[in-house]
Parts: sequence; structure tokens; C-alpha cells
Amino acid sequence: MSEPLTQEPSVDLELAQAHGLTPEEFEKVRTILGRTPSFTELGIFSLMWSEHCSYKSSRIHLKRFPTTGPQVLQGPGENAGAIDIGGGLAAVFKMESHNHPSYVEPYQGAATGVGGILRDIFTMGARPIASMNSLRFGSPDHPRTKYLVGGVVAGIAGYGNCIGIPTLGGEVMFHPGYDGNILVNVMNLGIAHAGRIFKGQARGPGNTVFYVGSRTGRDGIHGASLLASASFEADSESKRPTVQVGDPFAEKLLLEACLELMKTDTIIGIQDMGAAGLTSSSVEMAGRSGTGIDLDLDRVPVREERMTPYEMMLSESQERMLVVVRRGTEEKVREIFRKWDLEGVAVGEVTSTGHLHVQFKGKRVADIPVKPIAEGAPILKRPVERPAREEKDSRLDLARIKDVATPGKALKGLLGSLNLCSREWIYRQYDHMVRSNTIVRPGSDAAVIRIKGSPHALALTTDCNSRYCYLDPRAGARIAVAEASRNLACSGAVAQSLTDCLNFGNPERPEVMWQFSECVDGIAEACQSLEIPIISGNVSFYNETEGRGIFPTPTIGMVGIIEDARSAMHSYFAREGDLIVLVGTLGEELGGSEYLSQAHQLEAGAIPHLDLAREEAVQYACIDAITEGLVSSAHDCSEGGIAVALAECCFHPEAMLGAEVKLPAGKRLDALLFGESQSRILLSLQKANLPKLEKICQERDAPFSVVGAVGGNRLKISVGQDAEINATVAELRRPWSEAFPTWMV
Amino acid sequence: MKVRVTVMVKKGVLDPQGKTILASLHLLGYKEVTDVKAGKILELSLPKMGKAQLEKKVKEMCDRLLANTVIEDYEFEVGE
Amino acid sequence: MKFGIVVFPGSNCEHDCYHVVKHVLRQDVSFLWHKEKTLARSDCVILPGGFAHGDYLRCGAMAKFSPIMESVTRFASEGGPVVGICNGFQILAEAGLLPGALIRNRTLHYLCQDVYLRTDSNASPFTRKIPHGKVLKMPIGHGEGCYYADAKTLSRLEVEGRIAFRYCDPKGNLDEEWNPNGSLKSIAGVLNERGNVLGLMPHPDRCAEAILGNEDGRVLFESVIGL
Repeated sequence: MSEPLTQEPSVDLELAQAHGLTPEEFEKVRTILGRTPSFTELGIFSLMWSEHCSYKSSRIHLKRFPTTGPQVLQGPGENAGAIDIGGGLAAVFKMESHNHPSYVEPYQGAATGVGGILRDIFTMGARPIASMNSLRFGSPDHPRTKYLVGGVVAGIAGYGNCIGIPTLGGEVMFHPGYDGNILVNVMNLGIAHAGRIFKGQARGPGNTVFYVGSRTGRDGIHGASLLASASFEADSESKRPTVQVGDPFAEKLLLEACLELMKTDTIIGIQDMGAAGLTSSSVEMAGRSGTGIDLDLDRVPVREERMTPYEMMLSESQERMLVVVRRGTEEKVREIFRKWDLEGVAVGEVTSTGHLHVQFKGKRVADIPVKPIAEGAPILKRPVERPAREEKDSRLDLARIKDVATPGKALKGLLGSLNLCSREWIYRQYDHMVRSNTIVRPGSDAAVIRIKGSPHALALTTDCNSRYCYLDPRAGARIAVAEASRNLACSGAVAQSLTDCLNFGNPERPEVMWQFSECVDGIAEACQSLEIPIISGNVSFYNETEGRGIFPTPTIGMVGIIEDARSAMHSYFAREGDLIVLVGTLGEELGGSEYLSQAHQLEAGAIPHLDLAREEAVQYACIDAITEGLVSSAHDCSEGGIAVALAECCFHPEAMLGAEVKLPAGKRLDALLFGESQSRILLSLQKANLPKLEKICQERDAPFSVVGAVGGNRLKISVGQDAEINATVAELRRPWSEAFPTWMV
Repeated sequence: MKVRVTVMVKKGVLDPQGKTILASLHLLGYKEVTDVKAGKILELSLPKMGKAQLEKKVKEMCDRLLANTVIEDYEFEVGE
Repeated sequence: MKFGIVVFPGSNCEHDCYHVVKHVLRQDVSFLWHKEKTLARSDCVILPGGFAHGDYLRCGAMAKFSPIMESVTRFASEGGPVVGICNGFQILAEAGLLPGALIRNRTLHYLCQDVYLRTDSNASPFTRKIPHGKVLKMPIGHGEGCYYADAKTLSRLEVEGRIAFRYCDPKGNLDEEWNPNGSLKSIAGVLNERGNVLGLMPHPDRCAEAILGNEDGRVLFESVIGL
């Protein structure tokens, strides 16, 4: 190794610590290299061993996830996971967070989040066809919330609309716990030929390493290592310079060029230069293949003057890829990128040295053995401790809470609250129809897209009740999986697999690690029981501002298959005179409910019980009924309970239909109407189909009862002899549809 | 040489952006603002050339690409 | 009939149009890359939706200079049927093939939703088969779809019967409440003088199949094919 560049600072422990390395980690770096690292090398190690890239706090826990199944073509570890969806096709999908950048600069943060997840998908050889998201914002009253909502929604829309990939919806929740740490989780799904999935590998010494896409600038240096791997302080806005700016047009060209390149016989491996840029793409690709890579930084296309090797290796400029191509095919590669007016430059070569060699102005500025840096990242067994708070919160004495006196008013209040109201203001800004595949649009339990050239359709959903996860992380995470799967069932789809985005506070705090560990177990239990493998995911720690962490939020993104696309189901009552059937049972569980939080400002109690066997029975009864063409609508009962679910069923976008429902007396009224007992689906169907449904439910061992009928222009819910709710659909719909736009003004 | 081109929405043409910014300013308490027009500024870098030639060239650029004269007016100033 | 679908860098509805023409209506079709100079003997040219050149500067501003646009202009002047959908409409307006301009929606937001359309002119190859008085439901997806033209142009369009589509309520009545983007005179689509060039903001390509729950857009394609 030659002398490091003179202008580079000399490296010592203090500088290493400023890069986020601990003294032990710095010592390990010195052992691996047999010397003190150069400044550029220190930058590379700090990125690769950051929480964001190395998963050092979470890795030992994530091993408990079930990740296999006959449908799984690619599990965790690659850019994204993939499953077989029949007909020689694969669905490739993943979810990722872009929390901190979105808080600092909501438009660009959210936009580049979309850009990043898209690259993860098309780098696998899949054409992205559907995006979803899951968003958490602070209190509606917090002065920054509106600005953040407006910016994040516009950013997601701006990027997705321009590149022409539909955003099919997702979920949004407001809670003061996210005041200083919003969550922006974005998911994308693409379709590939099952036999042509590309991976991030750098096989075959002598093969050429290409840099393709946009030029490298100074944006985003330390984005991944610092923004995503440390807690937030009040001065976060001053970190703006580290936020990257997205260029969806450049990415559109990159997407088309890469997909065109993938049709040729040139590619050995390909990987997104996302977070940690040139560093992680080169190290990870060589790492997976047991090879080395020589990089010549003088050939890297730059858009700023006098960039140092340190900056080039650490830049997080967007819309770039690293591609390893077969030696001798370089001209073909250049030609394709020329066609799309993009940079396509050979910047290096695969070697058999097992080292990453970085050359700059004739000097070697980094020489790092790949295996130890790629696989030798510290694995931490962070202390785990159940917090005392948890037991206090689980106590809830219902006897001391007054039952609801005016349920009609309470229902309107819930429907008009920001957590339960219509999300149309948001999804109207997302192009959710481009690519002309959308069968069930945003607003129902799951979005459904057809697959051109296949009889099947895919259903997608994102879900997580963070309040449940706060009150009982394990049971809450179990419910997140069950509910996501139930959402899919309501569209007629059988859940195939999931991706997760695990958003937590500071892992250095034992109670956060306890939440994390519990949630992992909860997800794993539900996945095992429902036979839904996890094929990809992302962990986001340090969602904490000034010592205050967020609610544990393990977001689930799930994908299911509908055998016959034509049977895809939505959640709205559709026919006058249809019977309304509840599959599942009436409950009396109020703990952790949205109602309790809104009406009594209480976030406490035992969260609803979930019996996974019952859950499966209810879901399959629903799927069978939809598949056999028996039902006109299907809707999950979740936040806001059966009353809110019934109201939502009445809000068909084009035809408002009322309903008359009779429920038996004998339970607390608030718990009966607004309690969030699990494993419940509301179906509507023609009377003639009832015997068939009855038979299905008996075979599946799913309890069911006829609770009412569709018709008229009022929603009337009686309990015993008393009409507890009796309002026109228009009257209920007004607060529901107006709440969001009114608040945003 | 630097040329700074300012493109503004033509008088009489709908300017929803300007209207919205005005409303926001009022919301923030700046009631004294009576009108806002939104436009864009483009900075062009060119090699040195005669004034007449330069103005002719830039005018042509504006008419052909930089402004849509159906809805926009433009003006430009030449700097160093 | 052979269709040519122009692909600009940043087009993103070219596959949707292709699918309708090829797989729903079983016609011959090919993509025309914007750097090409000929139309590959197309009988009808479609400028699809998307964000050509990222919609940077102005929607359609840069696309009008693509080499293929010379051929499209010649084809149109010879009476060949040309339709611009959404971004395609914006490009045709920028290129001067259609009058007026498309500016920011009055809400400033991008809007993706269904709209209702009244057909005001059947005197074009794309509208001639639309039954009289039939209200079409079609999706829109745009941030800059507010149609603007000066008063003189507007009245000319009206007098000459060149307003092809207007936003309306589900029964076909003009009503500002059902005008999603603030377009003057609720204009959703216009024709050139000869009637062979149509530009419209709504997407017939997104509603031409039963599986998508709406087939109202199909009649535009069928009109030009003569089915």
C-alpha cells in the first residue's frame, strides 16, 4: 500500500469514534488490516459496520424468522425477496424505511425512499408494478405534522407518478409518539421471469465492473451511517446537507436501460448503489462471491469538482447501479446506456485477490480484505429487559370507565378522526392506475392488481397496529401479521409471503431491545402458524428524539394470490337486499382500542386476544366464499370495531347503500360496537347463497351469524330492542370524507 | 457570460400556484401582501459574444423552449 | 390497422396503450422511439401519457423537439389520425399541433380519480362511434391538466365544434364541481382544425377492459379502427 493522500486527515481513535465506531470496533479494524486504516478505509468500515448496513443489533434476533417455503425463490439476504406466482413468473418485493431523511426533508426524503426501494426491485430483474406505503406521523396538533404529511405524500407521489409505477395505498396513523420521529416505510413489488432473477454478485475474476446511472456528487455523505444509526437531536434540521435529492426521470431511464440490459447475455451481477453507495455495492457483491474488486475512482463520473476518494466511496447520490458484466461484452453495455443517455463506465474489475482495492490518481487509497469487512461486522447481543411500565399499562379496570351514552355521536367522532377517516386526500395524489392493472383501488382492505398474461391477480397490503405493539409487543406483532393476512383474505387472496420493516427506538436501551425481541417472536409465531414465510425486510433503529422512542412499529407488507383475477373482492356493500354476515364472533374487548384512546384518552389494557387457529378458519372461510362467487363484499373488522367497519361498508365510492343490523344485547355497548376483537370479517351476500356459506363455515370451523341486511340510505344498528345508531349514510360519510382535507387546509 | 432569464405567467392567465402562495402568506399573518405571481428563473452560461448577437440568441431560446408564450412572458438580463 | 406508439424518455403509459391495441383490440402495433425519424408505416399515431423528459421545465416542452415529432407533424398535416393522451396532449399543445396549453391543476395537487365526460364533437376519427348523449367515465392522472387558451381561441374552438370532451357530472351536465382541474369551459379534450388530431387529459387506455371494471375508453380506439 502506497502513502495515503496527503490531504487526508490521519486516523486515530477519536476520528474513528466520530465515525460511529466503538474502541473495540476500531481495534478490530486495525487487526483486520494489520495497521491503522487510511481515512478512506475508515469511511468504508464505518459505513459497512453501521447499524443500517450491518444489522449488528438485530441479526441474532432475525434468525428466528421462518424464511422458507415451496413458493420462495429468494429469501432474505439479497436486494429483495422473490416468490413463485405460477406461469413461470416471480413476484419480487421488499419494504424499506426512510424515516430520518423524511423528517429532515419530507419531500426529498420520501421521494428518495421510493427511488431506493424501486432500485432494489429492478436490480433483481423485475419490472416494478406496484408500490405501497406505511406512514406514521406525530400528533395532528403538533406544529410540524401538516408540513410533514404534505411533504411526504407529495414526495411519494412525485417520484412514483413520474416514474410511472402505481402507488396502491397503504396505511397512515397519527400519534404524539411520532412527533419527533415520523415513519416512512415504502414497499414495492415487481414481476420477473422466475428463471431470470439477477443477484448482487461479482463472480469471475477478469469480469468488468460497470458504473451506470447518474453522476456522483457530495450528497448524502454519511446518510446511512449517521442519519439511520444514531438518535435524533433537536438540531436535526441542520443535517439537511446529508439528504439526497431524487431524480425520478433519471431513475426511469436507469430502470428501462437495466431491464433492456438484462435481456442480453452480459450480466453477472448487479446491485443498487443505495445507502452507502459505491462502498456497500462493491463490498457486498464481492463478499457474496468470495472474490475481490479493483476500483479506479478516476473513472467514476462525478458532477462536482475535486471530489476526494473518501467522498466518492461514501456518496449516496441517487439513481446509480454497479453492474458486473462478462468480459468482452463491454461495448454492448455501453451502447444500451448511450441509447438512454446515461453514464455507463467501466470502473473496475473482479479479481481473485479477495481484496477491495481502490485506486485514485495512481495511488492505492484503500486495500481491504473483503470477507472480514463483509461478514465480520460485529454482532451485538444487546441487553434485553422488560420495562416496568408495561405491567402498569396492561391494567385496565373497565368498571371505572363509563359506557358510551350516545353511540351515534361516538361513531361519527371515530369516523371523523384522522386515524380512521378516508385517506382519499392522500391516494388521489398517487397515480394508482398507471400500468392499467389496478382491479381493486386504494380504500378497500387490500389493493389488487392483475398480472397481464396470467389468470391470477396479486393482492397487497401493509399493516401494523403500533398501539397494540406498545402495550404488548409480542401479541401486537402477531396481530399485525394476522391482520395483514386477513386484509388479503377479504380480497379473496391467499397470503403467500411477507416483507417487514421493523421500526424501533434506540437499541442501546434494554427495553427497546426487549420490544424488538418480543415483536420478532410475535411475527415468527404468526408466520409459522399461518405458514407465511418472510422473504425480505429492513430494520430501522434509533427512531428516538431526545430520549423519547417511538411506539414499536413492526410494519408488515404482505402479498397474496387470487387464483382467478375476476373474483377479486372489494369491501363495499354493493346490492340492495343482500344479507350481512359476521364470520367470527362478537367480542367485548376494549383494551388498546382506538375508541378508548379517543373517547377516554386511555392507551391501556389487554389488547385483543388472537387465536391463530380461529384466525385461519375465518380467513379461509372468507376466501372460499369469495372464490365460489358467493359474496358481494368482504371487510375486516379492525380499528373502531364492528360499528366503524359497518359504516365503511356503506361508503361505496359511487353508490352509498345503507344497512340495518341487529346485535344481541348483554355486553358493554362500547365494547360491543367499538371493541377490536380479532378474527372477524363482515360479508354481504345474496340470501340464496347463505346455505353455501353456512356449509363453508362449518367445514372450516369458523363461527358465523347473520347480523343484518343491506338497503336504504341509513345505517341502523340495534342492540337488543334499542336502536343505538341510526343515521343516514350521507351524514356518517361527511365527517369521514371531510376530515383529512379539512385538517390539511 | 451569464444570462438570467425570468419566466412569468402572463397577465390574465390563471396562476393557481401564486394564488395558493398568497393564501398561505395571509394565513401566516402577512395580510399586507396583495398579490403573488409564481415564475421561474433560469441561469444560462455562454461564451463571450456581442450584445446584439447574444440577445438575438437568447430571445430565440426563450421563444422556442424556455417559455411557452401561450401562457408565459419572459425577460432576461445579461451579467458578467 | 397499424398503430405507432411514440416513446419519449419518461413516457410511462406506452405499455398500457400497447396492451389495449394489441391484446384487447387485436391490432398491429409498434413502439416508435423518439430518436427515430419515421413512423414505420403507422396508420394511427398515439402519444402516450407519462413524464417525457421528466416534465422538467414544462410538460412537453422538450419532447416537441424530438426527431420523431417532425414526422408526426407531417403525418398530421396529411390528415393522419393522431391522439395525445395526458402527457401526449401536453406535447401536442407545446408543439402547436393543438391550440392552448395545460397548466397546473387549480388545487395544485396531482389528481388520480375517475371523471365523467360529455362528448361535444363526433366529427373526429376518435369520437365518431361514441353514441350521442352517452356520458363516458374515465380515469385522469395528472398534475397539470387545467386547459387554458385565450378568449378568442376558446370561442373559435366552440364555434368550430373542436371541443371534443368536457368534464361533466354523471348525468352529462356541465358543473364546476365536476371539473377536476379548473379547465376553462370544462375542456377535457380538443381537436385540431381538420379534426384528425385529438388531445385529451383522461386516459381511455386505463378503462378498456372488463377486468378493470370500466370499458368506456374502448370506444375511442374502436372509432379509429372502424370496428
